[in-house]
Amino acid sequence: MTIDSKKVDIQKENVTEDAKKRSQWLEVWRRLKQNKSAMVGLAIIMVLILSALFADIIAPFGIDDQNLMNALQKPNSTHWFGTDNFGRDIFSRVVHGSRISLQVGFIAVGIAMITGGILGAIAGYYGGRLDNFIMRMMDILLAIPSILLAISIVAALGPGLSNVMIAVGISSIPSYSRIVRASVLTLKDQEFVEAARAVGANDVRIIGRHIIPNSMAPIIVQATLGVAGAILSAAGLSFIGLGIQPPTPEWGAMLSSGRQFIRDYPHMTAFPGLVIMITIFGLNLLGDGLRDALDPRLKN
Amino acid sequence: MHKYILRRLLMLIPVILGVTFIIFTMMYFTPGDPARIMLGEAAAEADVIRLRAELGLDDPFLVQFGRYVKDAVVHQDIGRSYTTKRPVLELIMTRFPSTLNLAALGIMVAVIIGIPTGIISATKQYSLFDNVAMVVALLGVSMPNFWQGLMMILVFSVYLGWLPSSGFNTPAHMVLPALTIGTSTAAIITRMTRSSMLEVIRQDYIRTARAKGQVESKVINRHALKNALIPIITVIGLQFGYLLGGAVLTESIFAVPGVGRLMVDSIRSRDFPVVQGGVLFIAVTFSFVNLIVDILYAFVDPRIRSQYK
Amino acid sequence: MSNNNMLLEVKDLNIHYISHEGTVKAVNDMTFEIAKGETLGIVGETGAGKTTTALGIMQLIQTPPGKIVSGEIIYDGEDLLKKSQSELRKIRGNKISMIFQDPMTSLNPVLTVGEQIAEVIKLHQNVNNAQAMVKAEEMLETVGIPGARSKDFPHQFSGGMKQRVVIAIALACNPELLIADEPTTALDVTIQAQVITLMNRLKKEFNTSMIMITHDLGIVAEVCDKVAIMYAGNVVEYTNKYNLFTTPKHPYTVGLFNSIPNIEEDETRLKPIKGLMPDPTNLPSGCSFHPRCPKAMPICSKEFPKRTEVSEGHFVHCFLYENVDNKEQAGE
Repeated sequence: MTIDSKKVDIQKENVTEDAKKRSQWLEVWRRLKQNKSAMVGLAIIMVLILSALFADIIAPFGIDDQNLMNALQKPNSTHWFGTDNFGRDIFSRVVHGSRISLQVGFIAVGIAMITGGILGAIAGYYGGRLDNFIMRMMDILLAIPSILLAISIVAALGPGLSNVMIAVGISSIPSYSRIVRASVLTLKDQEFVEAARAVGANDVRIIGRHIIPNSMAPIIVQATLGVAGAILSAAGLSFIGLGIQPPTPEWGAMLSSGRQFIRDYPHMTAFPGLVIMITIFGLNLLGDGLRDALDPRLKN
Repeated sequence: MHKYILRRLLMLIPVILGVTFIIFTMMYFTPGDPARIMLGEAAAEADVIRLRAELGLDDPFLVQFGRYVKDAVVHQDIGRSYTTKRPVLELIMTRFPSTLNLAALGIMVAVIIGIPTGIISATKQYSLFDNVAMVVALLGVSMPNFWQGLMMILVFSVYLGWLPSSGFNTPAHMVLPALTIGTSTAAIITRMTRSSMLEVIRQDYIRTARAKGQVESKVINRHALKNALIPIITVIGLQFGYLLGGAVLTESIFAVPGVGRLMVDSIRSRDFPVVQGGVLFIAVTFSFVNLIVDILYAFVDPRIRSQYK
Repeated sequence: MSNNNMLLEVKDLNIHYISHEGTVKAVNDMTFEIAKGETLGIVGETGAGKTTTALGIMQLIQTPPGKIVSGEIIYDGEDLLKKSQSELRKIRGNKISMIFQDPMTSLNPVLTVGEQIAEVIKLHQNVNNAQAMVKAEEMLETVGIPGARSKDFPHQFSGGMKQRVVIAIALACNPELLIADEPTTALDVTIQAQVITLMNRLKKEFNTSMIMITHDLGIVAEVCDKVAIMYAGNVVEYTNKYNLFTTPKHPYTVGLFNSIPNIEEDETRLKPIKGLMPDPTNLPSGCSFHPRCPKAMPICSKEFPKRTEVSEGHFVHCFLYENVDNKEQAGE
């Protein structure tokens, strides 16, 4: 029974392929562990994720616990980051803000990665007029500076967390489409794709099971750095008042509301900004480390 | 070469058209009635209805879009501001010099800081200088530039009182915004220069140059730099193009009367024609800058030049 | 103790690469001599230490992680290892030149071919720009490329022509010694023949000594006067071409000759040397070849064989020849 034996062969091939893949990832992880700065970045991100998950437990106060008698306190032992003009504890708000930032980061990047990835895969795989058309669309998106694009989308959709995520996500689509398209173009002419086609795999299966897994490396790097960019963009949007609405403790919004008090009460702007910077710094370290770990030839 | 330029210019047209379409669509679906915005909240309903008819605001979407494109191409008219009633183009052109100034200053600061630092980092890889420079550069890239602007205002305007914090008319006014943009961009350029130089230094032709008995300084300057700078020039050009419309946040903080800030204010006040015209203008400018960068690339890299002969 | 007839004497050269993953002993106790006008072939598989030896002579090794641990490189009576960088720079490209394996990447893409040849001329000869360019064009003609092409860029040339440009750069200042590191490996077979013919002609014309690094015994036969066979960083056999081809002594050399497919005989299987090249950070004890050697003896895993002169001018590092008793086992 030739057909059945072919299926068995494909299954066997998948098993060995998976085993190879697992050891490949282990190898990447091993290389990443050796990179001290990448580990620092990972540590920072872990702290961020933990604070997002356990915000309710870590934060001593609530998001909107106003207490006007305690307003505008400098950092002290009860209020580590001080209080804002409504008497709210800034530290608690910052901790809760990590949840929002992470949400925005992951969902925006998710939107961009999936949409951009699918578009890029189709463009690269089918080529021709479809490729041209999709890439022209990407050029149109790229012709507008991304912050401006995000601002316009949020303006059209209205304020709010989900619209911010959509806006930032859409403005990031072109980079993922390019990465995936470039990978597909390189890979689709390689022999394992021909082999898959020869055993009767259809296009979706080829793209999904063979091409995309092999292009994961640059996508992962871009995604890590993309989360950083998304958090920055979202903070920027909130800063100019176009994103998340009060009293949501988004870090950029906190910067914006603290701005008028900067002369006498700089702690309102200093701490949220510092936290943003450390977060982005950590993500960048991790992203750089991943890039080196995934392609060690690039390191010296 | 000229055919290449012409072809690229022609390809710009559908892209610009696409940008116009997208931004027009977004403004069309943004909540807010243009007629009511123009006449004010207190205006009579009858007046609003009449104005809508006058402006053709009840016509189908594509008709409005077509009209907009025709006016733009034939009469160079991209509408009038709802709030100030002045032509959008005029509004933009009065603002553009400030943005151009800021972008140019910012890029200059970035190049002066970034390229030498990147070169030294690369030639002395893993040294103390390299490690410190890379950490500082990464911090610079990680720092939200609106926060950096605020902190700089805090230090230099509030505490030290050296420099003004808003406006853009005297050289003193330009220092802080230019530094804010310049240092962020410098961080990007430093990292790029370093990685480009590292890649070039590893190439075989550098070994050939040394095997000729060439002194190390000439090996770096004549052989390595000339090759490493090629992608860096592209990055510089693209950053410059981006700053022409994307320095939105810095312009807001320092109250620089530029195009980016005009965009933010107009979006807030629902002044759609200005937003439409502004984004269109920015997209056109950005696309032109990209085209110039590509042509420059062909001039600088003989391999590309041959392709387009 | 240097022989005044010799242009280059390398004595007991040791080069290591030190990294946190381990120390690679790339070149061990390397010893050879080259007279004026002579061509030495260094033969070995990839990773045997040939390129490292060549770079070591020019002192172009990346100094972390590489390190010339000990030895002497006596050129024209002076030890190169004792010279300063600025003295070495006067020698590179001028007295000793080197050409590398991959012509596609050896030339600077943004400088014209003429400029790159003129550069080495200007570095070592007292001429101005215009004169240097004229000489550059002459060199191009010498290697068979029209002089007018000096204004072209490297990407406008084919692989074989690029390698000729590289040769032109190397010979522009009429060096006494040319080190050629697998100059034809990256080229097609027909182009290989052209480049080898060119090198032979120039060698005779300029009376240049040459070190030809290769893994191709055919090239050795055409070009070299004497040969050093390298294995895992050590010279295992060192003699003139005639002796090598007629009476190879070291089992590795014998294995190399046996693994070449023979067109004239009716063979059904190839005869490769069994086993693989050892991991350079973890070399076998004693003689590095003993795990793969068909004639290995117990002593081979314990000590490294010293240099034995098997017949006049024919040196081997092998316990089979080290004393009279073992010669019987070698089948003499």
